[in-house]
Amino acid sequence: MARTGRVWIVSGGMTTHRTAAEGGGSGEPLVVLDHVDKWYGDLHVLQDIELTVHRGEVVVVIGPSGSGKSTLCRAINRLEPIDQGTITLDGEPLPAEGKELAALRAEVGMVFQSFNLFAHKTILENVMLGPVKVRGIKKDAAEKRARELLDRVGVGHQAAKYPAQLSGGQQQRVAIARALAMEPKVMLFDEPTSALDPEMISEVLDVMVDLAERGMTMVVVTHEMGFARTAGDRVVFMADGAIVEEATPEQFFTNPQSDRAKDFLGKILQH
Amino acid sequence: MEPVLDNLDLYWSGFLRSLGIIGWSLLGSMVLGTVLAAFRVSPVASLRAFGTAWVTLVRNCPLTIVLFFMAFGLPEVGVNASFYVFGVTGLVIYTSAFVCEALRSGINAVDRGQAEAARAIGLTFGQTMTQVVLPQAFRSAVPPLGSVQIAMFKNSAVVGAFGVGADLFSVGKTLTSAQGYAYIPVLTGVAIGYLVITLTAGVLLGLLERKVAIAR
Ligand SMILES: Nc1ncnc2c1ncn2[C@@H]1O[C@H](COP(=O)(O)OP(=O)(O)OP(=O)(O)O)[C@@H](O)[C@H]1O
Ligand SMILES: [Mg+2]
Repeated sequence: MARTGRVWIVSGGMTTHRTAAEGGGSGEPLVVLDHVDKWYGDLHVLQDIELTVHRGEVVVVIGPSGSGKSTLCRAINRLEPIDQGTITLDGEPLPAEGKELAALRAEVGMVFQSFNLFAHKTILENVMLGPVKVRGIKKDAAEKRARELLDRVGVGHQAAKYPAQLSGGQQQRVAIARALAMEPKVMLFDEPTSALDPEMISEVLDVMVDLAERGMTMVVVTHEMGFARTAGDRVVFMADGAIVEEATPEQFFTNPQSDRAKDFLGKILQH
Repeated sequence: MEPVLDNLDLYWSGFLRSLGIIGWSLLGSMVLGTVLAAFRVSPVASLRAFGTAWVTLVRNCPLTIVLFFMAFGLPEVGVNASFYVFGVTGLVIYTSAFVCEALRSGINAVDRGQAEAARAIGLTFGQTMTQVVLPQAFRSAVPPLGSVQIAMFKNSAVVGAFGVGADLFSVGKTLTSAQGYAYIPVLTGVAIGYLVITLTAGVLLGLLERKVAIAR
């Protein structure tokens, strides 16, 4: 991927900036998290998070269970409020509540581990709902676009079915199409393949790689190293609510710096 | 059954009048109950508190007291309407609390991910409710909503007792106390009238439940 960008390597509280040989993004910051903290009661789930995602960049978030990866994703489109710090999207701080927040969420696509397709709506209706209700696009124009997107993710022929009639891999591809229909500035993926049978994982990853190649800005929580290596520009490793390490995928997987990362990789590489 | 057969036209108009009370109360309580249920799950704390207070107060108050407040309390503070309007409004208010709770259980049965996905594509709270959560909540709430409404059908007789007049219950009252017919045949006729309504509703409900079950 011929992209340029910068990589932040954070270790032991020291931050060094450097240009990555193979980095993503046009250098223009799109999502900026500045000193973000969040608590669940006593649990400090996000600890002083500093993260900048540049336009066109693909950031892969990795870390042990409970390290706060989902919370980080959900904070970016404010499905979860944060307690301290700021998050900006394309220079605009996230609004607190109400219509402005809804408008912001339309700019941020989200794909969930459990797909969350609207169970009472057909595949086509799932993809059309946002454009029609949020963007106010005419039904026939929205349908045309929805069919294009469904074709693109390979489920065009399933348009009239209900989500429960589709396989997990198909459902997840529909969920990606539904998010894309809003023409988001950035897409968040929270373990999009973790709930899938092994034979369906690649059909979803292929769609995601294609998306990355078309220049979509992406934040992807995943343990799929293949994806991280092919499509990822940067790996962010989280543990206990903090970003412990950041590196290019190649550096991270072959030569992790922190003990936490070494330990973690040792575990996931065992199987 | 002579008193019934002699007064079939009276029974028939009483039956229609009762159907009217029931129809308006059904409509009103579903709308009001849905709004209250949305209040109870809304992100706005004051709306949630209002919904909770409403349900707690109304549900724990006997229907007759609610009706007394409507029919005799409201005129005292200058609100005037016919007994029919007061009666139906009272029944709507009373039933709305039960509709709200039946719907809320339906809302809770909808996977949280549904509302999250709706918010994530930019739907507002109101749109999330009307487009995604409530349609699914209604489906799983059909059985409890059905029993709430059938209970309301029977409660409509209490509204009749409050002097709405000319409904099925009042027909029974008129025939016995004013015209001196014997109670047993007259009330049997009244009971049959209510049974026709509730049993028909039960059959329709069964059909609806089956239809909803297939649709998912
Ligand atoms: N709503 C909540 N209330 C209280 N604690 C929560 C809540 N959601 C998450 N947590 C806790 O916050 C921590 C971080 O959770 P999070 O889901 O972000 O982790 P994760 O890195 O995504 O883990 P996983 O890999 O298991 O998905 C966990 O310890 C979790 O138990
Ligand atoms: Mg998670």
